[in-house]
Amino acid sequence: MKGHAAKARQFLSDNERADWQDKALWAVRQKRDVAAGSVREWEQLREQASQIKENVLSNLDNYLLQFEQAAIQNGVQVCWAEDDRQFNETILRIIRDHQAQKIVKSKSMLTEECGLNHFLEKEGIEVVDTDLGERIIQFRNEPPSHIVLPAIHLKREEVGELFHEKLHTEKGNSDPTYLTAAARVHLREKFLEADIAITGVNFAVAESGTVVVCTNEGNADMGVHAAPVQIHCMGIEKIIPRTEDLGVFTRLLARSATGQAVTTYTSHYRKPKPGGQMYIVIVDNGRSEHLGLSAHRNSLKCIRCGACMNTCPVYRRSGGYSYGSVIPGPIGSILAPVKQMKDKQDLTFASSLCGSCSNVCPVKVDIHSQLYKWRQEISEKNLFPKAKSYSLSIVGKVLGSNGMYNFSGKAARWALKNMPRRLIYNKLNTWGWGRELPEVPEMSFKEWYKKNGNERKRQ
Amino acid sequence: MARKNIQIGLFIPCYIDQFYPQVGVATLELLQKLGLDVRYPMKQTCCGQPLANSGAEKKAIKTYQNFIRNFSEFDYVVSPSGSCVYHVREHYNILEQTEEVKKVRQNTYELCEFLVDILGIDDLKIRFPHKVGIHQSCHGLRGLKLGKSSELVAESYSKVHRLLEKADGIEIIRLDREDECCGFGGTFSIFEPDVSVKMGKMRVHDHETNGAEIITATDMSCLMHLEGIIRREKKALKVMHIAEILNSNSL
Ligand code: SF4
Repeated sequence: MKGHAAKARQFLSDNERADWQDKALWAVRQKRDVAAGSVREWEQLREQASQIKENVLSNLDNYLLQFEQAAIQNGVQVCWAEDDRQFNETILRIIRDHQAQKIVKSKSMLTEECGLNHFLEKEGIEVVDTDLGERIIQFRNEPPSHIVLPAIHLKREEVGELFHEKLHTEKGNSDPTYLTAAARVHLREKFLEADIAITGVNFAVAESGTVVVCTNEGNADMGVHAAPVQIHCMGIEKIIPRTEDLGVFTRLLARSATGQAVTTYTSHYRKPKPGGQMYIVIVDNGRSEHLGLSAHRNSLKCIRCGACMNTCPVYRRSGGYSYGSVIPGPIGSILAPVKQMKDKQDLTFASSLCGSCSNVCPVKVDIHSQLYKWRQEISEKNLFPKAKSYSLSIVGKVLGSNGMYNFSGKAARWALKNMPRRLIYNKLNTWGWGRELPEVPEMSFKEWYKKNGNERKRQ
Repeated sequence: MARKNIQIGLFIPCYIDQFYPQVGVATLELLQKLGLDVRYPMKQTCCGQPLANSGAEKKAIKTYQNFIRNFSEFDYVVSPSGSCVYHVREHYNILEQTEEVKKVRQNTYELCEFLVDILGIDDLKIRFPHKVGIHQSCHGLRGLKLGKSSELVAESYSKVHRLLEKADGIEIIRLDREDECCGFGGTFSIFEPDVSVKMGKMRVHDHETNGAEIITATDMSCLMHLEGIIRREKKALKVMHIAEILNSNSL
């Protein structure tokens, strides 16, 4: 066993921890249900959001140009990056131009996707993630295990120990209020020292050139207000057409993500502060190619709320790291194959196709249908391991022919009945790892019907 | 159309045919009791889902065609499986959409859905004095919309509950997680055995701690998986397909 299944097996070997992780995430899903349920027009909102994004994806080129023009008029410097390398270099150039040394960053999955931290650190620049969860995993040198709750895989005792080591908090104290206060003192210093603040972007309003950043800790604001230079990084799909569209998304985002009515801070950045400089870096990194895949472009609507992760029964029982990609969970499993169809094919099978993800998604990404489609494409491109394609061909022949089907069914039932248990429950029979096979009946339904069903003879 | 004039083709999914013939018998008997003209075409095999969900839908086309050949003559196709019915309706779109294909896709129904929507029945006048936990199989729930799933904000309803509620003596237990996936997922159960079993165990636990004697569902595939866990762990719970309950001792 390889890939997701193997890592999931490892994750599940600590049963207690697995149960704890499932519960923690399920609690977020439940909060989301309550919050969504309090909005009577919830389903219409989802539909509206999905339509707005549909329009954006169909007219993205125009909206991007409109956005750029408006931003420039606001006195913002707009940069474009085609891929991760160009993005990192652009950021580095801005940093060098300002002779900056210290950077604070508020959470951005895009910088994660482009490996910005690592890149800048190699250039000798200090980058501090200022979102509490992000800072925790940065201390541990780990990637996020969830896109909204990056340290959800850690228990508070582990955070207590980590802070004791890194921030010299009292040993054994893992009281969340105490730890948060310690983090705040630590981060305050970083904010005050920073030369440049980097943020991600939740929404970019085309008509006004504004970028909107949603946080709960206010760390994006702290960074931006304190540092003389601010850089906002966005993927090209973050566009929304008008300011009045924003309300549709803010009503959906926080409720879907954490069950809050709205994020504590919804910050609008439109122009540089007096004496300051403001940059917006717009990144493609494979997105326009993705946009061209008509069967899959729906996934570009994603607003990164994380709801599909919290609801996913597989994610909750295998953990974020089992996916081995920057964005884990259901949405990650349909994004990863856009660029790495062969290497990430296992992710499209890390789902029971239960469809819960598609139902919670605030912008109606048809996640489980996408998974199904990816499976077909992977199979058609012959990217399966040989043994798998071969056995599927045989199954295809058997199920397509009545005679072969009847014969194989009978043979299988005979074998299950007559073979010794240790042969049936062998290592390769993964069904048998934790389950019994069904008891074998005397005859199949078809055989029964032949005897008892008064089948009228027909040709 | 009078009930006796409706021609019904009975589709019995492959795993029910091979391992749970009693579910096929219960479905047939129930439909016959209701005065319907039911026939089981002998050359049927499978809906093709095991292949398609593994990514090999092209290899399943022969199986799809066999299904259409067997069932195109009927007014309705009825099956005790939400998952297979969903597959026919949703995924036979890759066949050329001839009149026959369209007819079969439109008229293939899951058993409960057929009883409620087509026959307008919700009281089968049965007695079933047991504590029952209803496992809402995903494809029936979210695909065929047999009920409102917990993610959606809408009026709640459930065709399955509607049929069972009326049974004399039945107690339908409440679950902590009313519609979480059991982890079967077809070949998912084989490719991801650990996650699949973990999901199944947690479902069983939910039913068990809430006092179910029997777990029922519209899909025997979920129940085969849950039963496999119940038997391995030697628990006292039983599984029964909903057709078996609906066909049980009439009042
Ligand atoms: S796919 Fe939908 S549910 Fe998942 S993170 Fe994106 S917006 Fe949220």
